[in-house]
Amino acid sequence: MKQIKSVNDFVIKFANVNGTGSASANNLFAKALFRMGLPVSPKNIFPSNIQGLPTWYEVRVSEAGYLGRRGGIDIALSVNPQSMAQDIKEVRSGGYFIYDNTKPLDLRLVRDDVNIIGIPLTRICNEEYKDPRQRQLFKNVIYVGALAALLNMDFKVLTDLVGDQFKGKEKLILPNIHALELGHQYARSQFECPIGIQVKTLDSLGDQILVDGNTALGLGAVYGGATVAAWYPITPSTSVVDAYEKYARRVRIDAGTGHKNYAIVQAEDELSAIGMVIGASWNGARAFTATSGPGVSLMSEFLGLAYFAEIPTVLFNVQRAGPSTGMPTRTQQSDILSTAYASHGDTKQVLLFPSTPRECFDFGALSFDLAERLQTPIIVMTDLDLGMNDNMSEPLAWDDARRYDRGKVMTAEQLEEGVEFGRYLDVDGDAISYRTYPGTHPNRGAFFTRGTSRDEYAVYTEKGEEYEKNMLRLMRKWDTIKEYVPEPEVVAASEETDVAVLYFGTSEASSREALDYLAQDDGIYLDAMRVRSFPFNDEVKAFIEGHSQVFVIEQNRDAQLRTLLMAEFEFGPDKLKSVLCFDGTPISARNIRKQIKQYLDGGMVMPLHRTKIASSAGE
Amino acid sequence: MSYQIPKFRHPQLPVNDLGYTKADYEGSISTLCAGCGHDSIAGSIVKACHELSIEPHKIAKLSGIGCSSKSPTYFLGKSHGFNSVHGRMPSVVTGAAMANRNLTYLGVSGDGDTASIGMGQFAHVARRNLNMVYIVMNNGCYGLTKGQDSATADEGSVSKKGDANIYSAIDLCATALQMGATFVARGFSGDKEQLVPLIKAAVSHRGFALIDVVSPCVTFNNNPGSTKSYEFVRDHAEATGTVDFVPMRKEITTDYMPGFSHEVTMHDGSSIHLYKMDENLDPFDRTSALISMEKHRASGDILTGLIYMDKDSRDLHDVMETSRRPLNTLAEEDLCPGNQMLKNINASLR
Repeated sequence: MKQIKSVNDFVIKFANVNGTGSASANNLFAKALFRMGLPVSPKNIFPSNIQGLPTWYEVRVSEAGYLGRRGGIDIALSVNPQSMAQDIKEVRSGGYFIYDNTKPLDLRLVRDDVNIIGIPLTRICNEEYKDPRQRQLFKNVIYVGALAALLNMDFKVLTDLVGDQFKGKEKLILPNIHALELGHQYARSQFECPIGIQVKTLDSLGDQILVDGNTALGLGAVYGGATVAAWYPITPSTSVVDAYEKYARRVRIDAGTGHKNYAIVQAEDELSAIGMVIGASWNGARAFTATSGPGVSLMSEFLGLAYFAEIPTVLFNVQRAGPSTGMPTRTQQSDILSTAYASHGDTKQVLLFPSTPRECFDFGALSFDLAERLQTPIIVMTDLDLGMNDNMSEPLAWDDARRYDRGKVMTAEQLEEGVEFGRYLDVDGDAISYRTYPGTHPNRGAFFTRGTSRDEYAVYTEKGEEYEKNMLRLMRKWDTIKEYVPEPEVVAASEETDVAVLYFGTSEASSREALDYLAQDDGIYLDAMRVRSFPFNDEVKAFIEGHSQVFVIEQNRDAQLRTLLMAEFEFGPDKLKSVLCFDGTPISARNIRKQIKQYLDGGMVMPLHRTKIASSAGE
Repeated sequence: MSYQIPKFRHPQLPVNDLGYTKADYEGSISTLCAGCGHDSIAGSIVKACHELSIEPHKIAKLSGIGCSSKSPTYFLGKSHGFNSVHGRMPSVVTGAAMANRNLTYLGVSGDGDTASIGMGQFAHVARRNLNMVYIVMNNGCYGLTKGQDSATADEGSVSKKGDANIYSAIDLCATALQMGATFVARGFSGDKEQLVPLIKAAVSHRGFALIDVVSPCVTFNNNPGSTKSYEFVRDHAEATGTVDFVPMRKEITTDYMPGFSHEVTMHDGSSIHLYKMDENLDPFDRTSALISMEKHRASGDILTGLIYMDKDSRDLHDVMETSRRPLNTLAEEDLCPGNQMLKNINASLR
C-alpha cells in the first residue's frame, strides 16, 4: 500500500473526547517536538463544551518553518468513537490512521488507501490500572509513548519534559514515564518503527519560545504597567486576564506588606468592565479589559464616550466567529468594522493587529503608552487562533531603560505656575490636549468630563461651531495617531510584479507560505504587505497605489478590512480583491493559493458576486 | 428660571478647619427647574462637605444621565466631575476608586439611572462594598423626557398626565440592603436638617453608602395623587430617628435621651449619635432594618433616616488587599519586573 513518506514535515490530528485530560498529553507531544528543534504549530479545535463532545488537536511539523494551517491530515490518531468516521475520512491517501482497537474498527469505515494502525489502549489501561480516572488519563499518555516509537522521537526529550512539567509534584513523574514506556514498548514490539513519517532532531529554533498569544498579551499588560484590570469572562479572551493575574501575583505583590500593586475586578458584564477601565484611566491608572466580539458590542456605547471625552482606554479583543454567539470556540477576524467605527455618531477607533505572541506582548505593553499619549481607546485585535493556541515566537524582550509615556498630563507645579489649562485646548498643534488627574491642585485644573458637547475649557455648550471645531480637532488628532501606530511590514517578491497581497494578524504565516508556493510552483510573484494598525499609515496607501491589483486576505465573510481600506482611501472595488476564509478554522496556505490562482487563471476577470469565492472548509 | 448663586459673598463667611468658606464648595448656576428638589440636595452636599472640612479637590463627583446626573455641575466646582453614561456611573466610580483610594467618591444618580437602566450596576457596586457615597435623587419620574413613570414610582401613584402607575415600585433601600450595602439611609430633599448629617455619616463610612433621597419633581410629579410630591412626602415621612454627626476631634455637646440613643465611632475617628424614635428598629441589624422597611411600606409610610449601618464594614480595597499607596501613583520601579524576569519567563516557555 502507498505510504506517505516524509521527514520533519507532516500534519497529525488527535481526535479526543472533551474533558478527558487529552489536552495535556497532546501538549506534551507538541512540546517534545519543539524541544527536538522542530518548528511546530499546534492548534486546538474544540467545542463550546466542558465534557463529552469531540475535540481535536492538530499539530503541524514543518522543517521549512511554515507555521500556518496547512490543510490535509497525514496522521489521524483517534480515540473517540463519536468522531471516528469523520476522522478517517480526513486522512490523505497514503496516510495513517491510528486508533484504539480494543474494539474492532467498524468495517464500513475501513479505507484501503490508508494505513491502519491499531493499538489496544483501553485494554492496556484496564490491565495496568484499577482506578477508572487513571485508566482515562494514562490512555492519553500511552498513545504519546506509542507515537514516540512510530515517529522515531527522542524518548529522552519526552521523559525530561515530563520531569519539568511535574516539577513540584514529583509523585506524578514516574507513573507518567511508565505510561509513556507502555505505549512505546507496545508500538516497537508490534510495528515496524518508524513508519513512513518520522522526525529527526534539528537545531533550527534558536532561542524561540512556545506560548499562546493570550499569555503574551497578559504579560504585556504587566510590563506595560497596567494596575487595574476589569473584565467579564468570555471565550477566547479569558486567559488574557488569567495570565495577567498569574504573573502579577508573582511580580506585583509587595514583599514587605503583602499588598497587591494591582487590582482585578471581575465585572457583572462587559458594559461594567469597560466602565471601570474608563474610570480608572480617567483617574490616572493604566487599566485594561479583555473581551471578544459580543463584549465589544456591549462596550460600544462606552467606547464612544472614551473617544469623545478623550479618555485613555485599553481593550484587548480576542476575536471569535460571530455574529451573535456564532461559533464561540472557533477563530475569525470578523470584528474589524464593529471596532474600527465602534459607537454611535462619528467615531474612529485605533486598532493594532499583532500576528505573533511576541507582537501580542509588544503591542500589549505599547497600547498603554499609545492610549495615554493619544488619549483615546486602543483596541488590540488578536483572535482565538493566536490567543488560545501555542505559537512559536521570538522570545519576549524588554528594554530596561524604557520609560512609560504617560502622555500630556498637567502637574500641580505647572498649574501653580499659572500655565493655562483647557482640557480640550490644542496648545501645540498635534490636536492632543493636556489633562489633569482628579485631586491634583486645590484651585486649578478641575474640569467636568462629559459625553455632551463642550468647549475647549470643558464647559458645556450646544453651540454648533464649538461642537464642529472639536470634531474637526479629533480628525486632526486622527492624523497625529498615524505617526504613532506601528507601521506596516513589506515583503517584496523576488521578481518585479504589479500584483500584491495585503494581510494582517494571524493570516500572516499561511499567506507567506502561499506566496512561496505561488512563486516556486506557479511562477506567480506577489509583493506583500502586513498591516499592523488602523488608522492606516500613508505607506499602506502608497503600497496599494503602487500595484494594479491587491488581494486582501482575511478571515471573515464580508471582507471587512477591504471595506475599511475602501472607506478610508476611496479605492474602487476593482483594485482590491478578497481572499477569504470564515469557516472557523485558521486560513490555510492551500486555500489562499487556490483562491489567488482562481483569479489569476481567469485572466484577471473577477466574479462580481463575492459568494463565488467563499472559502472551502478545511482546505 | 433657575435659582442664581449670588456673586458677592459676605466678607466674614464662616470658614471650616481648612480655611474654606461654603462658597468654595459651590458649583455653577443650576439649570434645573425652579424649586427642583435636586437643588436642595446639592445645597445639602455643599453644606456637608464644607462642615466635614474635606478639601474640595480631594472629592470626585460622578454621575450617570438625567436631571439628577446634571446636578454635579451645581456643586463642588473645584472637584473633578464625570458625567458618564446612562446607568453606568457605578462602574466608572469603581474604576476610579481602584486607581486612587485616597479620594472621596460621590456618585449622584436618579431613579431612572439607578432603578431601571442602571439596576445591574447598582446591585453590583453595593455587593462589592465600594467605598463611595451613592446619592439617588429620587423623584419617581423621568424629568428630562417629560415625566414618564420610573421604576420607583409607587403602584397607583398618579402622574401629571393623570394615569395611575400599574407596576409595583422598586425600593432602592431594600434592594441595596439585600445586595449587601453596608450603609443605607433615606432622606427627603425638603429636610436638610436630616439630610446633611446623613451625608456626613455616609462620607465617613468605609464602604458603600446609599442615600435614597426623595426629591419631588416640581414640573412633572408634584401633583395631587403622586406619592412623590412635596405634600405627600411631608405627610407620610416617618423618621427612624434623628442623627447627629460629630466630626473627629470635636467635643460632643449634644444632649440625648438615655436609653434611646446610640453613639457610633466611624472608621475615620468621627462619631454619629442616633436618637431613635422607633424602638423596634435596630439600625445595626440587617434583619431588623428589612422588617422595619417592609412594615412601613405596608402602611404606606416613607421611612426616612439611617436605616442600616455595618460598623465593621471592610471596603473593596480592604478585601482585595490592594496597596495602601494609590495605584495611580505607582511607577516603573513598582510595576515593571524588568528584562531579567522576562528571560526567566522565556526559559519556562521552552
